[in-house]
Amino acid sequence: MSTQHILLDGLPVSFTDGQTIMQAAMAADIFIPHLCHHPEFKPQGSCKLCTVKANGRYVSACTMPARDGMEVENNSPDLNDKRRTMLQMLFVEGNHFCPSCEKSGRCMLQALAYELEMLTPHFPQFYPDRAVDASHPEVLLDFNRCILCELCVRASRDVDGKNVFALSGRGISKHLIVNAESGRLADTDFSLADKAAHVCPVGVILRKRRGFAVPIGSRRYDVQPIGMQVERLARRTTTEEV
Amino acid sequence: MSQDYAEAGQLDSRLPPIFERYRYEARYLVQILREVQDALGHLPAAALSAVARALCLPRARVEGVAGFYSFFHLTPVGRYRVLFSDNITDRMLGSGELIDRLCNKLWVERGKVSEDRLVSVDTTSCTGMCDQGPALLVNGRPLTRMSAERIDRISELIRKQAPLSDWPREYFLIEDNIRRYDELLGRQWPNGEALKAAVARGREAMLAEMKLSNLRGRGGAGFTTHIKWESARRAPCAGEAPARYVVCNADEGEPGTFKDRVLLSSYADLLFDGISIAGFTIGATLGLVYLRGEYAYLLPALNENLARRRRDGLLGTRVLGEDDFNFDIEIHLGVGAYVCGEETALLESLEGKRGVPRIRPPFPATEGYLGQPTVVNNVETLCKAALIAVNGGAWFAGLGTKQSTGTKLLSISGDVETPGIYEYPFGVSVAQVLNDCGAGNAQAVQVSGPSGTCLAMHEFSRRIAFEDVPTAGAFMVFGEHRDMFEVARNFAHFFAHESCGFCTPCRVGTSLVANCMDKIASGQGSQHDINEIFKIHRLLHAASHCGLGQSACNPLFDTLNKFRPAYERRLRSLAFKPAFDLDQALASARQMTGRDDPAAHFGLAAGLPGVEA
Ligand SMILES: Cc1cc2nc3c(=O)[nH]c(=O)nc-3n(C[C@H](O)[C@H](O)[C@H](O)COP(=O)(O)O)c2cc1C
Ligand code: SF4
Ligand code: SF4
Ligand code: FES
Ligand code: FES
Repeated sequence: MSTQHILLDGLPVSFTDGQTIMQAAMAADIFIPHLCHHPEFKPQGSCKLCTVKANGRYVSACTMPARDGMEVENNSPDLNDKRRTMLQMLFVEGNHFCPSCEKSGRCMLQALAYELEMLTPHFPQFYPDRAVDASHPEVLLDFNRCILCELCVRASRDVDGKNVFALSGRGISKHLIVNAESGRLADTDFSLADKAAHVCPVGVILRKRRGFAVPIGSRRYDVQPIGMQVERLARRTTTEEV
Repeated sequence: MSQDYAEAGQLDSRLPPIFERYRYEARYLVQILREVQDALGHLPAAALSAVARALCLPRARVEGVAGFYSFFHLTPVGRYRVLFSDNITDRMLGSGELIDRLCNKLWVERGKVSEDRLVSVDTTSCTGMCDQGPALLVNGRPLTRMSAERIDRISELIRKQAPLSDWPREYFLIEDNIRRYDELLGRQWPNGEALKAAVARGREAMLAEMKLSNLRGRGGAGFTTHIKWESARRAPCAGEAPARYVVCNADEGEPGTFKDRVLLSSYADLLFDGISIAGFTIGATLGLVYLRGEYAYLLPALNENLARRRRDGLLGTRVLGEDDFNFDIEIHLGVGAYVCGEETALLESLEGKRGVPRIRPPFPATEGYLGQPTVVNNVETLCKAALIAVNGGAWFAGLGTKQSTGTKLLSISGDVETPGIYEYPFGVSVAQVLNDCGAGNAQAVQVSGPSGTCLAMHEFSRRIAFEDVPTAGAFMVFGEHRDMFEVARNFAHFFAHESCGFCTPCRVGTSLVANCMDKIASGQGSQHDINEIFKIHRLLHAASHCGLGQSACNPLFDTLNKFRPAYERRLRSLAFKPAFDLDQALASARQMTGRDDPAAHFGLAAGLPGVEA
C-alpha cells in the first residue's frame, strides 16, 4: 500500500497503513516541531507543538493517522505562531535559566525556541516553587525545567518496567512525582542504566558528576538547528541519549 | 473523621474491608480512595502506600490519582470542611460576603485549616444548586439558601462541634423547583413501564424507533443517539473479558446546570429504565452511572431503587424473564473534577485513573470502558430514550423542530423571579423563556454554561435548538445591573481551576487568562491585555486536546465582543502595563525589615519627583 500519499504543504508524502502524519513526515525527512513525541513510544499528544491543519482542521500530527489524499498544512505562519506561543507558555510555566542549565545546546525546548524564532518568553512568569531532588547517587532531578511531556513516565513504565515516574496534581499545578512514599528518587529502584534516565528532552533528569562536557559551539544544536536533524530524531533508540 | 486513624495500626484494620468490597480490583481505585478517605479523614502517605500494595499498583500511580481530584486531600483537613459553591449565580446572591462572615466568626483564613484543626472554609466549583443558592457543602453534604442568619447559626454549630445530624433539617432541604412541565416531567413513570415496552418491541424495533425519533444527545455535543447505539451494538468486543457497557453521564459539572439532579431525585425510575433499554438494545451486561461527587447525597436513595429493581426482576439475570437479557447497574461517584464530564475522561475515571481525556479516535462506541464497546449518554438523553420506548419514535419526532426533536430541560437561574427547571419543546425563543421565568430586566443570558454562548438583548429572538442556540441546559440570566466583566472573570477562574493540565495550551493558557482578568480587575489592565486574551482564545480553540480547553475562552470572547465597555472602563489608557509591580514586589522585604519609609518604596509610593501614575 505504498501508493498512499498525504499532501504535506503541497508536497506528496507517501505513508503506510497505520502511520501518523508525524511518522510519515519524519520518514520523508520533513520536520514537524514536537516535544512529547518520540519514535519509540506510544503517541501521547499532550505538548501540542506538532499541531498541524489536516483538511482544514487543527489536529496533532503525532496522533492523527494519515489518510490518502489528506491535505496537511505544517510550515505556515499561522501554525508557527501558535507553536511559538505554546513554547512561550512552557518557558514561563517552569523556571528555565538556560545559561546555567547543563542541557543547554542539547535541549529540545531551547532548540525549538531558536527554530521558531522565539525572542522572549512574552508572558508573565509563573515562577513555580519546585524543589530539586539530589538524593539519588547517580542522577539529579531538577523539576524546575519539567515540561510534563511524560517521556520519562512512558520509558520507565513501558521499557524499564519500573514505573519510577508519574504525574500528580491537575491544571497548572500538575507535576512530576517519583514512586516512593518519601518522594525521593533515592528511595525508588531507579538507575542510570534505565531508559528513563536518558529520554528527558530538557534538563530535568541529569547525570551527576559530568557536566558541560561539550564546549559551546560544538553542542548538538549549535552545530545544526533542530529542524535539520529529522533523520537523527527519527532513529532515536533505547541506547542513545536524546 | 479524625487524623489519628491514619496511624499505622488503624490502616491494617480499617482498609482491608474496603479492598474486599471492591475485590481488590484496580479499576475501582477512585471509589476505594473515596472510602479510605471517608474512614481516615484524609489520604495520608502511608494509606496511599497501603492501597498501592493491596491493588498491586505502582505507588506513584495511586498518588497521581489522589492528587488529581479536588475532593481528595493528601494533608489533614478540618473536622468541618465548608466549601462554598463559587458559581457566578452564588456570588450574585451574596456568597462573597457570607464567606467573609463565616471566616470572621470562626477566626479562620479562607483556604486554610484552623489551627485547632476544627474547620476550613473555602470555595468549590458550582455545586448544582443555582436555583436555591447561595449553596455550600459541609463535609460533602449540600446546604442551600444560605443567609447571614444561617451562617451565624452554622458558625455556632461548628464551634460547639455539633454533628451534622443535629443541624436544622431545613438547611439541607433541596427542592426540585419544577416550573414548566411537558412530556417528560408531566407525568409519573412507573418502575419498569418503559423497559417492558422496549422488550416487547424487541432490539431491532427499538433501534428503529430510536432512529425514527432522531433523538440527539442532551449532554452538550448533540450527537445523534441511535448512531452511537448502533455502532456500539455492531462493534466487536475484544480481549479476555468481552462485554458491552452503557455509561450514564451524571457528572453535571457545567456551572448553572442542575436538571440532571432533578431527574436523579424524582425521575430515577425512568432513568434506570432508560439505561436498561440502552443495555437491552446494544446487548450490554452492565450499566455504570457516573454520579458527580456533589450529588453523593442522592446515593442511598438511588441504591435503594436499584435493590428494588433487582427484587422486581428489572435487573439481574434474565431481566423480565428474557433468556438473553442479563443486566445490572452500578453507581460510581466522582470526586470533584469537571473535566470528568467529558466522556473519555469519564471512562478513565471509571477505570480508576486520572480524569484525562483520551485521544480520539477510537471513540467509546468502539473502544470505551475497559476497551469494550460502550455507549455514553447523558441522564436526560437516557430518560428520553425511555419515553421513546413507550410512545414511539414518530411521536417524539413530532415534538420540537425538525433538526431538534423532542423537549429540552432548562436549568434557569440568576436574575429571574422563579428559578428552577423548565421543560420546553425545542425551538422555543429565548424571549419566551425569559418571559416565563420572570426576567424583567435581562441584559444577557449565558446559555449552556461558561462553555456555551453569551447572548445579548438583541439576540433574545433566537431559538433554543441545535440549529440555532444549542444547549446542555444551563440558562443563567443577568439583569441590567450586573457587571458582565465579573461574570466572565468568574468563568475564567472556573476553567483555570478545572483544566486537567494534560495539554500545554489549556494548562497554561487558562491560568494566563485568569491572571489577565485579575490584572484588569485591579485596574492595571491595558489594551495589550485585551489583545492577549483574543490571542490565547484563538490558540486554545485551535490546539486544545478536548472541549474544555477549546471553549474555555468563549465567555471572554463573547463578553469582549458584546459588552466591551465593561472591560474598557477598567483599562488604563496606556497601550501596555506590565503585570509586575516593582513596589508591590518589595512588600515582603518591607515586612521582614519592618520598614515603610519612602526609601523602602519604589515609584509613586516613594514620592520621588518626576514619577507619575
Ligand atoms: C469538559 C466537558 C464536560 C462535559 N460535561 C458533561 C456533563 O457533565 N454531562 C454530560 O452529560 N455531558 C458532558 N459533556 C459531554 C460528554 O463528553 C458527552 O458528549 C456526553 O456525555 C454524551 O452524551 P449525550 O450524547 O447523551 O449528550 C462534557 C464535555 C466536555 C468537553
Ligand atoms: S522529567 Fe523530562 S521527560 Fe519527564 S516529564 Fe519532565 S520533561 Fe518530560
Ligand atoms: S483541553 Fe484542558 S481539560 Fe482538555 S485535555 Fe487539554 S488540559 Fe485537559
Ligand atoms: S509532539 Fe504531538 S502533541 Fe507533543
Ligand atoms: S536549556 Fe535547560 S531546560 Fe532547556
